[in-house]
Amino acid sequence: MKARVTVTLKTGILDPQGKAIEGALKSLGVDGVASVRQGKVFDIELAGADKAKAEAALKDAADKLLANTVIENYAIEMKA
Amino acid sequence: MKAAILVFPGINRERDMARALRLISGHEPAMVWHAETSLPAGTDLVVVPGGFSYGDYLRCGAIAARAPVMDAVRDYAAKGGLVLGVCNGFQILCESGLLPGILMRNARLKFICHDVHLRVERSDTPFTRGYNAGQVIRVPVAHGEGNYAADAETIKRLEGEGRVLYRYCSADGAIDDISNINGAAQSIAGIVNGKGNVLGMMPHPENHVEDIMGCTDGRGLFAGLTAHLEKAA
Repeated sequence: MKARVTVTLKTGILDPQGKAIEGALKSLGVDGVASVRQGKVFDIELAGADKAKAEAALKDAADKLLANTVIENYAIEMKA
Repeated sequence: MKAAILVFPGINRERDMARALRLISGHEPAMVWHAETSLPAGTDLVVVPGGFSYGDYLRCGAIAARAPVMDAVRDYAAKGGLVLGVCNGFQILCESGLLPGILMRNARLKFICHDVHLRVERSDTPFTRGYNAGQVIRVPVAHGEGNYAADAETIKRLEGEGRVLYRYCSADGAIDDISNINGAAQSIAGIVNGKGNVLGMMPHPENHVEDIMGCTDGRGLFAGLTAHLEKAA
C-alpha cells in the first residue's frame, strides 16, 4: 500500500522561503503568480494490507514527527 | 555542578560548551549520547548544545527531539531540573515540547554569523542571576533558523509572565527592527518554560568566556548557574 502525506504551513504563518520563490518566479517573467507557499510531500510505502491500520499509523507518524502542528497542517492521501 | 551535555549526530558545539562549563564551574561535564535512556545520577544541569543535529533534516531539531535521551530529559525537567538549550539546542527544546513555539527561517533568509547585543530582561532567575536586569551583553550568533514564532496567545503569555530573558537589542539596549537580526517575535533571543527551569536561546554565550575570544560577556550565564547550584547544594 502506498500513501502520500502533504505538510503545509498554516494560514497566517510567515513563509520567507515561499516569498523568495514567489519573487524568483516574478523575476523569471512567469506571469499570473499571486503568491507561493512552500510545503513538504512524503511518499510512504506501508507494510500489510489493512487500510484502517495504515491510516492510523500515518496519522501517528504525522502527529509525532512529519508535521509540527504548531505551524503546520497535514493531509493523508491513500493510494491504490 | 554536575552538568550533562547531550550529544546528537551532527552536533558540533558540545566541546565549546564543555570547555566553558569546566572553566567557570570547575567541574568536568559528562557527555551523554542521544541513545541513552537515562541521565547520569546526580545531574543538576542538562545542556543541549548547538550544531546541526541530523543535518537539520525535516525541521531543525525535529529528529533529535524524538531521541531516547529526550524522554529522560522531559522527566528530569518535570521534576524541576535545570535545562539549557543553545542554538540547535533551543530548536530541539521547542520541537520536544519543553518550550513553546518554533524557530523559523531567518526573515532575511540568510545564515547569520556575527556578534549581537542582548538585553538581559531580568536578573532573578538561575539563567540570568550573573547579570543585572537591563544589562547589555555581546555574544555571537550562528544560525539560519532563529526567527522565534508562536501564536499570539503564547507570545502574550510569555510577555505577561516575564519569560523572555534575553532580547536582541542595539549596543545601548534599544529594541528595534535593525537589531532584531532574524525577525523574531518581540525580538526574542531566549525564553524559559512556565516553571522557569528550562531556557532556550539562539546566541552562543559559551563562545564569549575567555579573553582570547575577545569578549567575556557570556561568563555571567554560567557563573550564575554555578552560583545557583552551589547555593542549592
